[in-house]
Amino acid sequence: MNDIDFTLLAPRLEKHKGEAGSLIAVLQEAQELYGWLSPELLAHVAEETGIPPAKVMGVATFYAQFRLKPVGKNLILLCQGTACHVNGSAEIEKAVRDYLGVEEGEITPDGLFTYNSVACLGCCSLSPVMMINSKAYGNLTGAKTVEVLEKIKSGVDAK
Amino acid sequence: MRITVGKGSCGIAAGADAVFDTLKGKAPCPVAVTGCIGTCHLEPIVSVDDGETLQTYVKVDEKGAGEIVKMLNGEENRAADYRRDLDCGSNRIALRNCGIINPESIDEYIAKDGYEAVKKCFSMSPEQVIEEIKISGLRGRGGAGFPTWFKWRAARDSAGDKKYVICNADEGDPGAFMDRAIIEGDPHAVIEGMIAAAFAIGADEGIVYVRAEYPLAIVRLGKALEQARKKGFLGENPFGSDFSFDISVKAGAGAFVCGEETALIASLEGERGMPRLKPPFPAQKGYRKKPSNINNVETYANVPWIIRNGGKAFASIGTEDSKGSKVFALTGKIANGGLAEVPMGCTVRDVVYKFGGGVRGGKELKAVQLGGPSGGCIPKGLTDVEIDYKSLAATGAIMGSGGMVVMDEDTCMVDMARFFLDFTCKESCGKCTHCRIGNKRMLEILERICGGGGKNGDIELLTELGEEIKAGSLCALGQTAPNPVLTTIRYFRNEYEEHINEKRCAARQCKPLLAYSVDKEKCMGCAVCARKCPGGAIAGTVRSAHSIDAEKCVKCGNCADVCKFGAINVK
Ligand SMILES: Cc1cc2nc3c(=O)[nH]c(=O)nc-3n(C[C@H](O)[C@H](O)[C@H](O)COP(=O)(O)O)c2cc1C
Ligand code: FES
Repeated sequence: MNDIDFTLLAPRLEKHKGEAGSLIAVLQEAQELYGWLSPELLAHVAEETGIPPAKVMGVATFYAQFRLKPVGKNLILLCQGTACHVNGSAEIEKAVRDYLGVEEGEITPDGLFTYNSVACLGCCSLSPVMMINSKAYGNLTGAKTVEVLEKIKSGVDAK
Repeated sequence: MRITVGKGSCGIAAGADAVFDTLKGKAPCPVAVTGCIGTCHLEPIVSVDDGETLQTYVKVDEKGAGEIVKMLNGEENRAADYRRDLDCGSNRIALRNCGIINPESIDEYIAKDGYEAVKKCFSMSPEQVIEEIKISGLRGRGGAGFPTWFKWRAARDSAGDKKYVICNADEGDPGAFMDRAIIEGDPHAVIEGMIAAAFAIGADEGIVYVRAEYPLAIVRLGKALEQARKKGFLGENPFGSDFSFDISVKAGAGAFVCGEETALIASLEGERGMPRLKPPFPAQKGYRKKPSNINNVETYANVPWIIRNGGKAFASIGTEDSKGSKVFALTGKIANGGLAEVPMGCTVRDVVYKFGGGVRGGKELKAVQLGGPSGGCIPKGLTDVEIDYKSLAATGAIMGSGGMVVMDEDTCMVDMARFFLDFTCKESCGKCTHCRIGNKRMLEILERICGGGGKNGDIELLTELGEEIKAGSLCALGQTAPNPVLTTIRYFRNEYEEHINEKRCAARQCKPLLAYSVDKEKCMGCAVCARKCPGGAIAGTVRSAHSIDAEKCVKCGNCADVCKFGAINVK
């Protein structure tokens, strides 16, 4: 039915076993391991924790951090917070969209990138900001954004 | 001799890692890490302390780091190009150690009288601790501004064998980052504040709920907790007291509403973060239905200072209504963005001009937004308002958690209102109808206005809906969501009218309202714009002036972006 290796998750599930209210932490760890939360993975978590599947799904869909679709190798988080909005995040989004040729949440054909919008990365004084693989890039312009993406694509700054 | 490099998230984003590595490899003395000092626009910041004087170097790149190394080695250098005296205000309380000590070293915190407040607490009774906080006049820094002592008192008086102390580090206001800076720059201050609170209310367990977007804060906090445990400040019987307390960290998962305290509790319990009706308040029935005290990061960071210096010292700063100082995250169209900790009672204008150096690029100030999606815009003419809970509320804005976004003549206030409502609509948990559907209707109207479909009566309808939503929503998310719309209507009604009646956006932000044309004088006929036009609206022969067919124009703005000669007029 699937080719997910659930054994990776087993020790994490064991760690949280019997711990009340640990569902969010379990899902966070699962996402860290597998990159996204597939229906099979969510069903597995429900089965192993004894939490009803509907509740697991309810929590997974409530929080923006949980990804219910697979993502590219490099995840771009585009800040759409107030400071970034005022300082032209729309232009950055356009540059990213034009460069990648895909919409938010989709994977580029080469599998390298996905971009998602987030509310604020906490680096507002450097707005507009984006974060790729936990590294923040600030004071962006359209051209600078493309430069960063190009570097990653050519492997200079790749994961 | 010692060098420190500011490695908060902002410093790292500006390139502090490379600077640190260069210095670490080559400098002839120890190189340490510190947090964000507040002048984020000058990052990366390096300071050199030779034991007598402290010199700071700003906007240091790798080359600058090389110059500093040369200077330290007594070689010819250009380090002076990077020298700048920083003035971050000398009377900082919440930010007292940020950017000064190494946040990963508990010894440096202790050297700054760290954990003295906890020691002092143990020589007092819990009642006396609460009394000291009451004298200080400290009010919550997370948004609502509730008196801190009152919440502690209520949690203390609640019957229960088990109580919790919770720190709200969800920092949901997009555009605010003071809580991140405090945790990254001085995590022990928050831990110490939480210990004092736990002692006062009689709790033995603490939790810090941190935003998922703040990975560095989570790491630094974890290290700090480990060190505090090793020193015996956390755990069983610190300083020989008969009190026990420990703290754990929980990462949020990205939901603004989880900053609301009852939603935060639901999230801690592993549920969807939906707020519930109060009462019962968390002080009566909180986490796991036990009495819980929830305060904001900055609130806790103030506590050790108050205990050490006395409530009176804190109360001597500020206004009748608001005591102490407040940290603001100054961003937007500001010359010098960063964190400003100012005494209550100073004016918004002072923060913008004295700390922030005014509007960037010499443009005209239009408004200052306070309190994020729950707050409001203060127009330029009212920026002499004192920073004080009461005075700010009178303008229709709120103190909020400290986000202060500066807007200039190029900011469209209708678009800003649309922006905030778009945010709250996405973040509404959906529990109550007014918030879930009412805000959506308001957003649709605003989108229509920004899209050129504004109608007579829209402003009145927005106002009516706004008032209803405020009255009918369950939690403060819904109750405050219309504020950005209502305050912009109050102060910038003319902009709404322009959009609706004349289909014009003077700030040129609402693209559907713009008209693009070619300046025949400037156009060189390079045809780059024509190639980039997705609608095929630009025609002309090479090396002669082009023109735009308004019928076909989709107003994407590509032509204006790519034109090297500034030949595209946008009106
Ligand atoms: C929608 C919403 C979001 C909130 N977000 C935060 C937040 O990010 N951080 C915070 O400290 N308080 C936030 N609050 C306020 C909290 O509910 C609570 O009042 C506060 O944490 C109490 O701490 P204080 O008294 O120290 O301010 C939010 C409230 C609402 C309604
Ligand atoms: S608004 Fe973009 S980083 Fe805060």
